[in-house]
Amino acid sequence: MKSWYTCTLLSALASTAMLGAQNARAHWVYVSNEKDDTISVIDTETNEVIKTIEVGERPRGVTLSKDFKYLFICASDSDTVQMMDLATDKIIHDLPSGEDPEQFALHPDNKHLYIANEDDAVATVVDIESRTVVAQIDVGVEPEGMAVSHNGQWAIVTSETTNMAHWIDTSTNKLVENTLVDQRPRDAEFTRDDKELWVSSEIGGTVSVIDVESKQIKQVINFEIQGMSADRIQPVGMELTANGKHAFIALGPSNHVAVVDRATFEPIEYILVGRRVWHTALTPEQDKLYTTNGVSGDVTVVDVKSLKAEKTIKVGRFPWGAAILPKDKIPN
Amino acid sequence: MKPVYPSILLLLCTLTVSTLHAQALSINIVYIEQQRVRPPVLSNLVVHPDDEGSQGALQGVADNNTTGKFLKHEYILQSRIVAPEDNLKEAAQSALEGPQLVVTNMPAEALNQLVDLPEAQDDLFFNAGSTDTEFRDDNCRSNILHTLPSRAMLTDALMQFFNKRKWDSLFLLEGNREVDTRFADSIRRSANKYRISIDHEKLWVENSDLRRNAAEEIPLYTQARKYDVVVVADEDDDFGQYVLYNTWLPRPVAGTAGLEPVAWDRVVEQWGAAQLQSRFQDQAMRSMTSIDYAAWAAVRTIGEAVTRIQTVDPAAIRDYVFSDAFSLSGFKGVKLTYRRWNGQLRQPIPLVHPQSVVALAPLAGFLHHRTELDTLGLDQPESKCTDMN
Repeated sequence: MKSWYTCTLLSALASTAMLGAQNARAHWVYVSNEKDDTISVIDTETNEVIKTIEVGERPRGVTLSKDFKYLFICASDSDTVQMMDLATDKIIHDLPSGEDPEQFALHPDNKHLYIANEDDAVATVVDIESRTVVAQIDVGVEPEGMAVSHNGQWAIVTSETTNMAHWIDTSTNKLVENTLVDQRPRDAEFTRDDKELWVSSEIGGTVSVIDVESKQIKQVINFEIQGMSADRIQPVGMELTANGKHAFIALGPSNHVAVVDRATFEPIEYILVGRRVWHTALTPEQDKLYTTNGVSGDVTVVDVKSLKAEKTIKVGRFPWGAAILPKDKIPN
Repeated sequence: MKPVYPSILLLLCTLTVSTLHAQALSINIVYIEQQRVRPPVLSNLVVHPDDEGSQGALQGVADNNTTGKFLKHEYILQSRIVAPEDNLKEAAQSALEGPQLVVTNMPAEALNQLVDLPEAQDDLFFNAGSTDTEFRDDNCRSNILHTLPSRAMLTDALMQFFNKRKWDSLFLLEGNREVDTRFADSIRRSANKYRISIDHEKLWVENSDLRRNAAEEIPLYTQARKYDVVVVADEDDDFGQYVLYNTWLPRPVAGTAGLEPVAWDRVVEQWGAAQLQSRFQDQAMRSMTSIDYAAWAAVRTIGEAVTRIQTVDPAAIRDYVFSDAFSLSGFKGVKLTYRRWNGQLRQPIPLVHPQSVVALAPLAGFLHHRTELDTLGLDQPESKCTDMN
């Protein structure tokens, strides 16, 4: 009897050790499932879902804290941003986010969260330490995309029906400029040097590259997929590589991700992924891209070097956002 | 109205300036509605909100003003709601003086009277109240744009769905009011276009109270050996709702009852529509109808044009709206633009039942060299509208 116990204990230890070893090699991808109220976690080594975590209603935007201890989740229909402790997978706080939070961005100070409140035409700034609202800023109709520049100077909100990128000075939390872009702007991303702001326009079918200094559009990128009606090419989530070479643009119901050459601003490749691709996330090595495919309910892994789709992973219903936790930050 | 070339030049100049050098503007939008006399119907459940259309326009103005505050643009809605017994021309005349942007909710015949007034010659009209196809055809006017879909668009959408489902034999049940004839004619035209055959047709002549004996009347009335679907042409909802589940053969019902092609309905929630629905619900305390949507789209078209070209001149707005630069995001998944040959706003048509959207036309597989949206309604070679240029 005693030996049986020992045996079980030993094998349990062994499997824990194996799991530990696996953790050391693989990152974890957190994917929000909008219509399942869950987060799927994918191991990038096996590319399989290793766990599914229940969260608030209609989770969309997800982002990690700068110290990788917490995941912030926009639970849109619960009207809150949830803060999940990655060590326990438990929601430890519901932040006062304002109504219907959709996307957000964390300031580099790891303290201020900028949240777009889609139903209220405001952006809410929350101090995540004191968990209080620091400011609410009036923006255009249906604020959607959020970005904070790497130097922390600018917070950007895109408003879908007003068709603008609004510039918020983070030192004062005041709206200081607006840049008019094409119809239904969605995602906003700064380049690493904070010289360019990229804004995708879902219905306009374009991506505007805005010069941060002048706040003027310097380039408009158009897309064309052979045999695909232009109406279906709808740019949404974007990911800009750290080396400045490529931009990956999810093109929604065209089921493709465009690869744009950042030197020429020309699309060089269209990669077929799942249906209605929303957002993408790059691994820390920037060698793989994970895309969330809303309608097909899966995630596609794209190899960045060959620009080929490698694998499809079934997740929950209507996957929306994605965030990648580096392997060395995975809690034991 | 002649095309105004200097305004196009002005437009091209402004378009190159992408950020906002705002010039304060006040934009007056006139909303004119002639209230309708509704014929008596059997059901007590059929109600039409009194503020249908005007609430859509108000929502559009609210949306425009949220954008406008960043540009120092202020939109003002000037409403003229004319009672059925009052003289429309007299009531509207003073509001049409000078170049105006006018959103209308009235039958086609009434609107044609308005646009012929001398006061209306410099105005740009948006039809948000009439689905009459001939109004986009040989009876079109150069200064009217149409944000409400034509009957041809609605019935084409339905036929695409039938074609896709291989429901190619119809039983057409036509009401005895004039609008029903127009709807039935549109069904005939669309059925021919999409190779669907109307194997049985009956005119609705019953005048018994169907709430009590639908179960007895409808099966007999729809007796036939074969049909795939019953299409009801009953725009006032007098009898159509009683046909469901009472047909001789167990078949679906579509048209003005059952599966309905619409511009908008409360069940539309994809493509960000949920946001528009909840804004509207908060404002109007009811759900948004097709006519509300058309009035909203008209006001948003004006807003979009003014935002981009910074002028309130109706001729310049018309030129811009017809240019390649214009597009409107209308919560239907694709950009909405205007047909240059007849002023119709291109738009997808949801096919709905009371609880959900069944399909969104144009359906996959119906192709068009310009845009798949042009598989719905009058295409350029079909339209006899020659007045637009």
